Amino acid sequence: MEELISRLTKNNMSTIVEDTLYQQLVSTFQELETVQEPADLTERRRQAFERFQQEGFPTVKHEEWKYTNLHPLTNTPYVLNADVNVDDIDVSKADIPGLDAHRIVLVNGQYVLAFSSLEDEIGLTVKPIEEAHAEEGFQKHYAAYADKSDNILVQLNTALQTSGLYIHVAPNKAVSKPLHIIHVATGDQPFFAQTRNLIVAEHHAEVEIVESFITLDAAAKNLNNKVSEIVLAEGAKVQHYYIQVADAASNYLQHTEVYQEQYSLYNNYNCNLPGASFVRNNINVRLDAENVESHLYGINLTSDKQFVDNHTIVDHLKPHCESYEWYKNIPQDESTAVFNGKIFVREDAQKTNAFQQNNNMLIGDKASVYTKPQLEIFADDVKCSHGCTMGQFDDEALFYLRSRGIGEESARVLLVHAFAFDVTTRFSNEAVRAYVEGLIAEGLEK
Amino acid sequence: MLNIKNLQASVEDKEILKGLNLEVKAGEVHAIMGPNGAGKSTLGNVLAGRDSYEVTGGEALLDGVDLLDLSPEDRAREGLFLAFQYPVEIPGVSNINFLKTAVNDIREYKGLPPMEAKEFLQMVKEKQKLVEFSANLANRSLNEGFSGGEKKRNEIFQLAMLNPKLAILDETDSGLDIDALRIVANGVNQLRSKDNAFVVITHYQRLLDYIVPDFVHVLYNGRIVKTGPKELALELEEKGYDWLKEYDTQTA
Repeated sequence: MEELISRLTKNNMSTIVEDTLYQQLVSTFQELETVQEPADLTERRRQAFERFQQEGFPTVKHEEWKYTNLHPLTNTPYVLNADVNVDDIDVSKADIPGLDAHRIVLVNGQYVLAFSSLEDEIGLTVKPIEEAHAEEGFQKHYAAYADKSDNILVQLNTALQTSGLYIHVAPNKAVSKPLHIIHVATGDQPFFAQTRNLIVAEHHAEVEIVESFITLDAAAKNLNNKVSEIVLAEGAKVQHYYIQVADAASNYLQHTEVYQEQYSLYNNYNCNLPGASFVRNNINVRLDAENVESHLYGINLTSDKQFVDNHTIVDHLKPHCESYEWYKNIPQDESTAVFNGKIFVREDAQKTNAFQQNNNMLIGDKASVYTKPQLEIFADDVKCSHGCTMGQFDDEALFYLRSRGIGEESARVLLVHAFAFDVTTRFSNEAVRAYVEGLIAEGLEK
Repeated sequence: MLNIKNLQASVEDKEILKGLNLEVKAGEVHAIMGPNGAGKSTLGNVLAGRDSYEVTGGEALLDGVDLLDLSPEDRAREGLFLAFQYPVEIPGVSNINFLKTAVNDIREYKGLPPMEAKEFLQMVKEKQKLVEFSANLANRSLNEGFSGGEKKRNEIFQLAMLNPKLAILDETDSGLDIDALRIVANGVNQLRSKDNAFVVITHYQRLLDYIVPDFVHVLYNGRIVKTGPKELALELEEKGYDWLKEYDTQTA
């Protein structure tokens, strides 16, 4: 794998002259022949790339990408997997006050190191995914879920990913502290990075994962295509936070595929804040056993010309499961928020309890929201509900607060907190909750 | 304390207040009565600074400071309080957090440090007794799911917490049953002092049985057309407002 990385790094030197990212990727893949990795993985890469080559980057003609134009991001060349000096990486932008966590840092998609005494956590394995080929969890689960989705960007990732994280939590192991994974974007040339993560929580394992996304000052434009597969065996519990606080230079394509077995619980808290120019999240949860519970929460406060798109699928495949999804969007300035929430309740999935809610508060005349809740129900004995609201600042409420001596800015913060409350109140981690509430206040005051 | 001179205001280009004069001294309670559409609620909203009302002339001085030049929050910080006729519900903002923010923003304006948490909670405990407001209500989201009476009691509770110089009660009696009315009036009476003043806007004389005014003003067609002692309220109750038409033509 070392060799693959160095080859890719070399390749970019020759391919930087290519006009578009697509052309670059094609020539990079063609030159990628003598890679030191298990043959089945190489074959998987080949098949995945074939699919990617057939379809190419999705365009706005594709229903799932209707509002999400990738063209401006992909019609320009990037350095693929640039070498980065990681000696003096300052990750303080990702600091979460009061959060005692194991820190793991990835720079431009490459696993750098864990800043923590992970060896004390018996039963927890954290390693670069390129060194995990021999792991049973890897062999059993790698590319077994995300690649079945119809997101072509997963194929691109499978074909050309160069690094990422493999996290394995042994049966009955409760990881003592949250894992704080910090994704850093840096570099003085525009770069494209592909990270691949696999997280396996074995039966009755428990882990809390907080992923922060930051951009170092003066970083060149960058595009990150990240795929995470998360597997929860019976009775496992995973709390999973995304804290998107990168800067305008950074753009993200992220696919999260969650596969759940019986009595497992997966909670995702997806927080996007002012900064990154472009974020597209695909978060898919497959409830493939009875008595599974999944919660998807989203809080998206955007500003300037930011574009944040969250596409989620909650797929009820078996009976007696419960899913709960609540997304709140607060676009300001000329920013755009997209929410597309699909719930499938398959024929077998009787006694399903599925809830979905999306609330939008537009601030400013030029902010926009595109929202599309979609329910497809094939079972007849289920309880499903969904709702969507679109609104602005409540002027009456604002005046009421101000008439009590509360400054206009504080009043707006109070009202946005109130709007976000249904979501932030669900956060399982108090430090993260306080941090995100602080980020919301900051994001409004700018 | 409050000195309103020739106040003129309109809503959507319709003139509502047409040169209103009113003087309120510290320690006084003034009642403002009048028929629907006379401009009673407009007066309260204009003084509090609601931006759908446009002030076209005049001044409103609170201890020498012209309120009309200030933002709504600065008016409150200067010591004005409007008890709303229809208090809004704000789910997700806790009553206590809201009050703490308000108390401390007002203190900051006056150059005072934030109130200690303990002192604040002590004050909450003490003041909520005034309006028989339970701790349960105080801890809930602001007015969310409150009954009409609970909302009005919450207004008086806020009034007690913020301790303004001048409080305007905008039809605080509307929608209250007799018990709630007594509780609210009782709260107000306990808050009366030689240093503050109240303007009570009402349709009905009933409230004035409980909050006894020093003066009763009749607001008619955008002006105060008659001022008298508390007995004037009884006279209005008996005669209605029709007889005021002659005042209007006389002054016009």
